[in-house]
Amino acid sequence: MTSQIASGRRRMSPDRIKELTLVGIIAGSVIMFGILVDGYLSGRFFNRVTTSVVIVAILAAAQALVIFSRNIDLSIGSIVGVSAYLTADFLTANEWANPLVAMLVAMVVGAALGSFNGLIVAYGRVPAIIATLGTLALFRTLISLYSGGANVIASDLPGWVLGFNGLTVVSVAGFDLRLVFVIVVGVVVILQWAMRRLRAGRRLYAIGSNPDAARQASLAAPRLIMFSFVGAGSLAGMAGFMFMVRAGTISATAGSGLELEAVAAAVVGGVSIFGGSGTMFGAFLGAILIDTLELSLVRVTQVSEFWRDAALGILILLAVILDATLHKRFTRRLTRDLDRTETPGDDALSVHMGTAADTGAVDA
Amino acid sequence: MPSWVASHRWEVFLIIALVTTIVINALLSPFYLGFGNLVNLFWLSNEKIIVAVVMAFVIMSGEIDLSVASVMGFSAAVMAALHAGGSVPFLAAVLIGVAAGGLGGLLQGLVITRFGLPSLVVTLAGLIGFRGAARVLMEDQSVGNFPLWFNRLGQQTLVGPLPVALVIFFVGLAIAWVTLERGAFGRKVYVIGSNAQVARFSGVAVDNIKLKLFVTSGLAAGLAGILFAARLGSVRGSLAEFFELDIITMVLLGGVSIFGGSGSMLGVTLAIFTILNIRNGLGLANVDGIIQTGIIGALLIASVLIPNLAQRFGQRSSRRRATAHVPP
Repeated sequence: MTSQIASGRRRMSPDRIKELTLVGIIAGSVIMFGILVDGYLSGRFFNRVTTSVVIVAILAAAQALVIFSRNIDLSIGSIVGVSAYLTADFLTANEWANPLVAMLVAMVVGAALGSFNGLIVAYGRVPAIIATLGTLALFRTLISLYSGGANVIASDLPGWVLGFNGLTVVSVAGFDLRLVFVIVVGVVVILQWAMRRLRAGRRLYAIGSNPDAARQASLAAPRLIMFSFVGAGSLAGMAGFMFMVRAGTISATAGSGLELEAVAAAVVGGVSIFGGSGTMFGAFLGAILIDTLELSLVRVTQVSEFWRDAALGILILLAVILDATLHKRFTRRLTRDLDRTETPGDDALSVHMGTAADTGAVDA
Repeated sequence: MPSWVASHRWEVFLIIALVTTIVINALLSPFYLGFGNLVNLFWLSNEKIIVAVVMAFVIMSGEIDLSVASVMGFSAAVMAALHAGGSVPFLAAVLIGVAAGGLGGLLQGLVITRFGLPSLVVTLAGLIGFRGAARVLMEDQSVGNFPLWFNRLGQQTLVGPLPVALVIFFVGLAIAWVTLERGAFGRKVYVIGSNAQVARFSGVAVDNIKLKLFVTSGLAAGLAGILFAARLGSVRGSLAEFFELDIITMVLLGGVSIFGGSGSMLGVTLAIFTILNIRNGLGLANVDGIIQTGIIGALLIASVLIPNLAQRFGQRSSRRRATAHVPP
């Protein structure tokens, strides 16, 4: 792996290297588990991973969308819960609704909540971590008020809901390509393209790598940040739809804790928490890696299921250390010894979570 | 006095909020001002507020520790596992449990300072990893049957009406106050928080101080986890899950800037009291816990949003907090 990185360094971008590293780690762990576990390399396992990863994969993309511009959205788990609940509620009252309508409803709900976040962060100049920490609680409260503690039960939902997860586009030798996975891959490809090719996407990166410079270049930072939160919200809404078709029965606590899993997937996927770098493909691969490891560890009988989270924590740590080491090598090459004393962690929170507030401070 | 008000606008706002809450609560519930209820006020959050005091330092230094709740669970799980194992005297199990929390903080602090990684990411890994470690130790069981004195520690009072945890909180608060606002260490924390680069060039041992803060945060979380176990009388792998959000909210509502470098212990203390009084009042009014959390969330947003909007509309009521503390 290292030799591959070394030889390709001149031509490949750091992002590409990061993605290839991830693909390598995923392939390596699949091979390792294939040796350890009998019957591991089967269509069934592939099907399980590709259906279970969809929720975290979309959320990782949502999280990446806001992290690129040096923000963070801690409320997406709550948005998943609200949109899953409201969509399920909508379906019990509207039996006619087809999957497309249901997904649209979920995404509209998500976008509405996301625009609330966006308004507070972009125009109210509240640091994203504070704003979304608040809405994490607020959205959850709204849904528990609305539900009055009652669950939406699977048997009240239209018949297609529970079968949706199993819908298969094409099946080869026991390897099913599930519709939900195809949708998610499509979304990620579109987002990757948009971030690379669209002006708005490039500008989000620019804002993330230097909010002050972006302001002086008169990029419409508040509007773009607002836009990224609405996008993250509607993606979280889509994840809410996926949550609903998987769970069937929805309670007011649906989706709690997913926000941190999404941050973890994005960060493992090489999305820098300081903003300005990382790719949608990376975040997607991060989600796949985490999910593969989670589901694989369960299959190793010597490892108790209780080890899953502990192993996951260690994995995330290793991934970020690897990322930082690679990153340091690059910057050292580029800038020589200019910033020998500077380490990325120096002014940690003071720079990377603030866009709105940073920029706000300039004209104060 | 007016100059104090000018430089402590945020604290003044919190005092007004606190007094308003107390008055409304007293009018709404006849039980509120009873002495029993005033102790009860702290009873349910004893452990969180101990951790919040240390968290204030961590955030002032420009870092964050998301792992505290998981470390609480981890320490309690270490203690309970040793107790269930039976080969270690119980007191030793308690001490090892607290030390395990400190070790967790040391580990994270080392990764943050040696590799120069953002604490948000490292402690996020810690949040997942230490919770996992607690689950590894506890599996899906619950360990109880602690010695009677230990349960009393959590459930009975020590000095007058105060339980041990509350005594620890007040002592910790006093130490924190003196350290932050009277000692060199506190000054250094502010300097690191406002500009780590400048602090480094000024000869401040930035990494060393950050490491100390994370170890202290781990120790405080460990102690709080053990105290929580004493109050509950049993330990599960999920002990103290999701407490980190409440703890961070207390600190941020106290006017500590998430970017580091400013905030005061008075603000944090007032925020803690305000939150506890709001929760207590809502509890007496039979408002559900989840709605209380929503109200606190709304308050958190409003605490930053309103001053920002006010500033925007031309009034000069900016949220100055304790900028006066930062040396020029």
